[in-house]
Amino acid sequence: MQKIIKSSIALLFIFIIGVFFVSLNKNPSYDTKNLTGKEIINIKLESFENNEFFTNKDFSDNKYTLINFWASWCAPCRIEHPNLMELSKEQNIKILGINFKDRKANALKFLEDLGNPYDYLVKDVNGKQSVNFGIYGIPESILLNNKFVVIKKFIGPLNMDDLENIKRIIRVL
Amino acid sequence: MKLKNLLIIFFLFFNFNINANQSINENEIHKNLRCLVCQGQSIADSNSDFAITLKMVVSDLIKQGKSEEEIYNFLSDKYGDWILYKPKFNFGNFLLWGIPYLALLIGAIIIVFFIRKQSKKA
Amino acid sequence: MLSNIGNFLLFINILLSFIIIYSSLNCLKSSNNLISKNIYRTSLLQSTFIIVCFFSLISAFIVSDFSLITVYQNSHSLKPLFYKISGTWGNHEGSLLLWVIILTIFSFLFLVFNKNHPKNYRVYTLVIQNLLILGFLFFILFNSNPFSVIKPFPKEGLGLNPILQDPALAIHPPLLYIGFVGSSIYFSAAMASLITNYSASGFAQSIKNWVLVSWVFQTLGILVGSIWAYYELGWGGFWFWDPVENASLLPWFAMTALLHSLLVLEKRNSLYFWTIILCLLTFTLSVTGTFLVRSGILNSVHTFANDPARGLYILIFLSLMILASIYFLFIKYKPSHDQINSNSKETFILINNWFMMFYLITVLLGTLYPIFTDALSDNKISVGPPFYNSVIIPIVVVFLLFMAIGPQTKWIKNKFTNLKYLLIMFSGALIINFAIAYFFRSLSLISNLIIISSIFLIISSFFDFFRKPRINLPRIISHLSFGFLIFFIGLNHNFSVEKDFNLKLGETKKIDNYNFYLQDLKLNQYSNYKAVVGKLQISNLATNEIRTLKPEIRIYNNPETLTYEASIQTNFFRDYYLTMSNIDRSEYYNIKFQEKPLMIWIWISVITLSFGGFLSLFRNAKNN
Repeated sequence: MQKIIKSSIALLFIFIIGVFFVSLNKNPSYDTKNLTGKEIINIKLESFENNEFFTNKDFSDNKYTLINFWASWCAPCRIEHPNLMELSKEQNIKILGINFKDRKANALKFLEDLGNPYDYLVKDVNGKQSVNFGIYGIPESILLNNKFVVIKKFIGPLNMDDLENIKRIIRVL
Repeated sequence: MKLKNLLIIFFLFFNFNINANQSINENEIHKNLRCLVCQGQSIADSNSDFAITLKMVVSDLIKQGKSEEEIYNFLSDKYGDWILYKPKFNFGNFLLWGIPYLALLIGAIIIVFFIRKQSKKA
Repeated sequence: MLSNIGNFLLFINILLSFIIIYSSLNCLKSSNNLISKNIYRTSLLQSTFIIVCFFSLISAFIVSDFSLITVYQNSHSLKPLFYKISGTWGNHEGSLLLWVIILTIFSFLFLVFNKNHPKNYRVYTLVIQNLLILGFLFFILFNSNPFSVIKPFPKEGLGLNPILQDPALAIHPPLLYIGFVGSSIYFSAAMASLITNYSASGFAQSIKNWVLVSWVFQTLGILVGSIWAYYELGWGGFWFWDPVENASLLPWFAMTALLHSLLVLEKRNSLYFWTIILCLLTFTLSVTGTFLVRSGILNSVHTFANDPARGLYILIFLSLMILASIYFLFIKYKPSHDQINSNSKETFILINNWFMMFYLITVLLGTLYPIFTDALSDNKISVGPPFYNSVIIPIVVVFLLFMAIGPQTKWIKNKFTNLKYLLIMFSGALIINFAIAYFFRSLSLISNLIIISSIFLIISSFFDFFRKPRINLPRIISHLSFGFLIFFIGLNHNFSVEKDFNLKLGETKKIDNYNFYLQDLKLNQYSNYKAVVGKLQISNLATNEIRTLKPEIRIYNNPETLTYEASIQTNFFRDYYLTMSNIDRSEYYNIKFQEKPLMIWIWISVITLSFGGFLSLFRNAKNN
């Protein structure tokens, strides 16, 4: 009996110290990059221009859809915009821009200045729709396939590496 | 006999006093949700954009008739388990919820065992 | 120059530690029971030098000597003098020096105050304590040296976080360190006791005052931290089960268990092995807490800057400590040691330990579980207040009942008289509970139970006080305080009122029976910050009282931070607590108003709780 207790104590000690050691190299801050593989249903977004609604059906023909949350008051969104412009030239992918907690006039000016890469433009004025997509800050982008399954999440502005990554994914086939 | 009567009276009184609050307490839900852009605050305590948005969404979900558990499942589905301050009762967490009570039980057994051993010796 | 002095003194102290260890081991070989005067002198020298070293760091902060990296990173010439001084230990490197000072001074004092105990025991304690000191000195010298220099010398510092410029926070670390760093001495003593097979009662006599000292200061340290959180953080709570808070609570549970089991050990020679485990556990938990806080593996408001190298060093130190403890425990374990008499006092002390271990395991598990799941499955989960509250609070109810019953059974010999008294007290508790529920508001089941059991403990303690034979005043004071603490926390939690709404300047809002009027907004300029000061007039329509509360939004310039200062009005019945925050892109301000009953009594209860311990210490000192 004593032997069992002693060896389990020794094992427990090794286990705890081992876990602590492994954790030293882990990043304690949290992001949602790993939340992929889930389907996004219940998409209902109000069109930017008029009062119509975009739903899942409107995107089901796309091979890939990139959903990009942006706003005119968001500085990193300006930085990533050229990358979105380049992405809009790709086949196989359509870009849905969701204008987040913004004013129409400011948003239009932003697109006028920097270009409009969006195949679809919708708005989320109070921000509530963003929760359906698991967004907690902007800019954030989500790559969906034609089954509305999340393939990749991009937290923060899209950089060149992200762009290459997306191109690699969508050019396969 | 006296003890049984006391216990009956005890529980009778409780019926007057139990707060039969079946409705969802929105503030309690807010306290259980982590503000993801803040440092260690619930959305109840935070006024960040994210917290305000999430409070609106929770309010909508309650109006749609969702239960507390459905709201937590919805949000942890979108943001990960990290957003919930109360760990879920799933298989992965059963050690977390179980070990304290197991320890309590084992402690009780040890104490009773030792006391019995001593009173046998005496 | 201060850097050179500091480094020199650190080196000297390492040397002195080696000398002490060497002389002590030599001393063991001699057959007499005397410790050579040289060892005393070296120990005194060691303490003196480390104090001078610490003061030289303080001086560097006072004169704003930015050639030292630590001063540069954590201070600023514009900072008020008081906070320049307290900034010395408000950072990683400086606080390590505080660790070493306490380890060293306790080492010397323990040597001096234990002259009536066997030489070998005292010598081994000194050796082990000095090994601990060496461990920290090496850590400081090779990884976290507060005296390391930065070139070229900066002209100005980076400033201390404004949230940390607070009197409560200034004394919080010293208080806590005397607590959990002080526990190092009975860690060393416990190992020494194991190695030299010292008797149970001798050992208990030797360490009991040290346990009391560390317990009192740990309690006060936790109190001050909670008070600071309440006043500074703006959410109106005082305990969030944050991992760093838990790191200070874990040693406290072990210390409380320890000081109770020492009572048994001293008189009855049983529970020896278990007591040793508690001694080793307390300091181990302290170092584990330090590891968690400084290694960067935790995600918390409180953490110091992250550095995995630091974490690795502390982890190695911790592992060696635990390894040594386990080794000696294994080889020295004798089954005959753990004898427990079925005497009621001992049984109840065992019950105390049983509950303390439950609390300890729960809090430890809750704190470590996210770390474990992240390391093993790469999935981050949160363990927050809902977990701790739902697991611990129901058990506290039963704990309070045992606390109440415990002292009674020893005195009353007749079982039936015993039961009669218990029933009378219990009914009293029930009646008071229902009075509260009837006149104020109905309560949830668990709140009922908490309030009933805490009142039961309170009444029972008062009964205890009026007994004719000798009363144990420290115990009554502490147990009574604990009962009151839970009682006030229960009432405060249940009867707190919170109102959350938005107001703009000049607007009045009526909510329930209050009128809130945002009368004024002023922008004030201070030496190191600007403040938007709101003037809120609150009229209680039921009592016609008018209060003015002035919450602030502070904009600090060095470093650039925004803080929200709560406006708090305290009286003996309740606290009025108000925070105001700006809403992005809006002219509205968000107002959170809280009425928190009996808040000040919660603090008072903890003070009297620690006073009970202090009284016990005082009595012990007087009797010797």
